[in-house]
Amino acid sequence: MSVDTTPQTAAARTPAAGNMSRLAFRMRDYGIVAALVIIVIALSVSTDTFLTSGNLVNLLDQTAVLGLLATGATICIISGVFDLTASATLALSAIIGVQVGRVTDVYVGFAAAAVAGALLGFVTGTVVVRSGVNSFVGTLATSLVYRGLAVMVTGGAIVYPLTQSAETFGMLTWPSLFGLTSATIMFVVVVAILAVVVSRTTFGRRLYAVGGNAEAARLSGIRVGSIHVTAFMISGVCSALAGLILASRAGSAQSTMATGMELTAIAAAVVGGTSILGGEGAVWRALVGALLLTLIGNGFNLLGWDTIYQQVLQGLLILFAVTMDRWLRKRTR
Amino acid sequence: MSSQKAPSIAVRGVGKSYSGVSVLRDIDLDIAPGEVHGLVGENGAGKSTLLKILGGAIRADAGTLSFDGEQVTVGSPRDSIAHGISLISQEGALVPALSVLDNVFLARWSHRGGLVSARSDRKRLAALLETTGFSVDPDVRVDTLPIGVQQQVEILRSLARGARVIAMDEPTAVLAEHEKDNLLALIRKLAAGGTTIILVSHFLEEVLSVADRITVLRDGALIRTVDASDTSPRELVGHMVGREIDVLYPDPQPVPEGAPVVLSARNLRRGLVNGVDLQVRSGEILGIAGLVGSGRTETLRLLFGADKPVEGVVEVDGAALAAHTPRAAMAAGVAMVPESRKEQGLVMQRSVAENVALSSLSGRRSGPFVKRPAEKTAVGEISKSVDIRAANPEAPIETLSGGNQQKALFAKWLLRKPKVLLIDEPTRGVDVAAKTQIHHLITGLAADGMAVVCVSSEIEELLALSHRVLVLRHGEPVGEFPRGTTPEVVVAAAFGSHEGEPS
Ligand SMILES: Nc1ncnc2c1ncn2[C@@H]1O[C@H](COP(=O)(O)OP(=O)(O)OP(=O)(O)O)[C@@H](O)[C@H]1O
Ligand SMILES: [Mg+2]
Repeated sequence: MSVDTTPQTAAARTPAAGNMSRLAFRMRDYGIVAALVIIVIALSVSTDTFLTSGNLVNLLDQTAVLGLLATGATICIISGVFDLTASATLALSAIIGVQVGRVTDVYVGFAAAAVAGALLGFVTGTVVVRSGVNSFVGTLATSLVYRGLAVMVTGGAIVYPLTQSAETFGMLTWPSLFGLTSATIMFVVVVAILAVVVSRTTFGRRLYAVGGNAEAARLSGIRVGSIHVTAFMISGVCSALAGLILASRAGSAQSTMATGMELTAIAAAVVGGTSILGGEGAVWRALVGALLLTLIGNGFNLLGWDTIYQQVLQGLLILFAVTMDRWLRKRTR
Repeated sequence: MSSQKAPSIAVRGVGKSYSGVSVLRDIDLDIAPGEVHGLVGENGAGKSTLLKILGGAIRADAGTLSFDGEQVTVGSPRDSIAHGISLISQEGALVPALSVLDNVFLARWSHRGGLVSARSDRKRLAALLETTGFSVDPDVRVDTLPIGVQQQVEILRSLARGARVIAMDEPTAVLAEHEKDNLLALIRKLAAGGTTIILVSHFLEEVLSVADRITVLRDGALIRTVDASDTSPRELVGHMVGREIDVLYPDPQPVPEGAPVVLSARNLRRGLVNGVDLQVRSGEILGIAGLVGSGRTETLRLLFGADKPVEGVVEVDGAALAAHTPRAAMAAGVAMVPESRKEQGLVMQRSVAENVALSSLSGRRSGPFVKRPAEKTAVGEISKSVDIRAANPEAPIETLSGGNQQKALFAKWLLRKPKVLLIDEPTRGVDVAAKTQIHHLITGLAADGMAVVCVSSEIEELLALSHRVLVLRHGEPVGEFPRGTTPEVVVAAAFGSHEGEPS
């Protein structure tokens, strides 16, 4: 980079400098992708099973549940709230899906689960917005209520679809396009839609503004409360769909499904590079974060390493990934 | 205060670039102990960057710093505090939820056996208050204090740390007229006591009145260092922009005969604001003057619905607003440039373009989608008309210089093409040249029929811009003055005749 000796206005700086800075801004965004690529390469060379289509199909299928939850979490975090109800919503909507499916048919049941997710998200959002309590506390309390309702609805028992519809109920595990499972296809489609919503729509713009500076957003005429409620509703639908995948795999639903997974989802969002301070982040980051966490687990099975070391190494790999991300961003400061 | 004498500072070949764009290059600067050194330049010239390097907030890419002939490394604020340098930044750096006492001694609390000893801190604070002549309650939270007092807290903190060099970045930008005078007096006093002061400001008269020498930066390069005694504002501006320019404020065009009233408010009340009535006609600029805490900002916020009045009516074009909310006001064609760009105006981590487009998103969409090409064009045009200098409109707005952020905030509201524009401090932190440009813009918009209400603590600016000035005191209107009134008369009204003029 040559040093300009003649003073000139920034607007009139050489195009080369402008391009350089644009490039640098892009580079710093993709540190986490680089980390993912490194781990993928490492696994591809150190095992001959990793790059088999069977394993890749399996890997994406495994990512689906966490990926959906992480996407919901990311959208909430961008808007400046946390949704700790995710896994409780997942369980309750899956149960509702199974029960409705028993009295109608499986498809109606699946739709009912998605609607239930949206409604639960609406309730969570309204509670948080109306009460004005911190979303962390508000959703923690709400999640207890949802889990409790799930226990009440099922009486603590496992719920199954009717025997004659059990096979249809498992449809999300069926292979579909390109040999991927239906669950994977659903996950990819939903995440792609949400990525477009967040990055291309006016709603997406408002989402970032609300998370970045709620007061500035309000004074810009944005209804901060309804943006938050919408974020919770999206998260609710994501949870419900994740719940359907789990239920479809297991052929049943129960009140203890996915307990604690809301935290893994937030972790995936953050590992992907979404700032917990709000106003920053992206849906693709949720995907990368979820893939990374899943990949690390998958790698262990393939390498056949002793599971005794698994947790330590998992932790170290996560640290490696996020440090690399931080480091690339920092270099441009 | 420390009895050690202030070091001489030598800056050699200092440079800094951000992702390939050099924002400061090859700066050589010497500052003598006890000197008041002014630093001036256009928005984005690199003033804050230079101060941040001295204060250890950022690292230079090139060059050296030495104090008293000894080369030092300042890699962090901790280092520079250890060298006796203290930075009072443009944005402020207090911990909002802590008390004055805790902020002044932040991370330097007196302690005995690991326990903070508030008693001895109190004594130290009392001593500092005496030297500075400030009066602040040690126990209130700093976020409840007016901005001028917050700044005093920052100065107290610098002194408490035994700072021998205090670098102040646009300290007077947020101050009212008499507070500025107090600050300048304090600067003289500190300098007389041997403290070195580096002062960044866009008010050239002020710099000339207090500084010994003045350095001019332009686009990251040091243009010249001159003695304050043999230069003039005109010459400084010439160095700043690199050519002779006119910095005369434009006169607003007279309001046309029979122009309709666009904005009217009756009997606005809330908190301090007590029965404010006002009417603004199309093409008219109404100034609101008053001391800090007289309810100027609050009045604007009530007009815009940022706060709900407990009583009163706001009408636009004769129709009362549907609700007292920003949305309703915006729907009726009202826009408000708020007082604080950081808290109320901008979403700092988002891009310049996103911020500028934020209040008019629904104007450029197809279905739910943002029309990005249309947005790019609109943002580009408006940015040009207010002269936002950003290397990259996609960069986070926090990377813009303070003055350019202010211009972006202004642009954001102009983009809506409002009927009524409420502006709180239109040119806070904006350089001299850009300031006249913004004045031209405001008077031009008024000439095209916009109704403007403007609050500014800079009385000259207010009188230059407005057709009429409404003076508030303790939330009540106490007088209205036509164009051509002298600042003295307005200030006297703001103080209240029986309280006399400010010292
Ligand atoms: N973190 C950053 N990343 C990229 N560019 C930056 C960053 N911080 C500052 N800049 C750029 O450096 C230049 C100098 O900024 P600086 O804040 O020093 O200006 P200034 O002289 O203080 O202006 P003002 O009078 O408006 O406060 C500007 O062009 C600004 O956009
Ligand atoms: Mg600055």
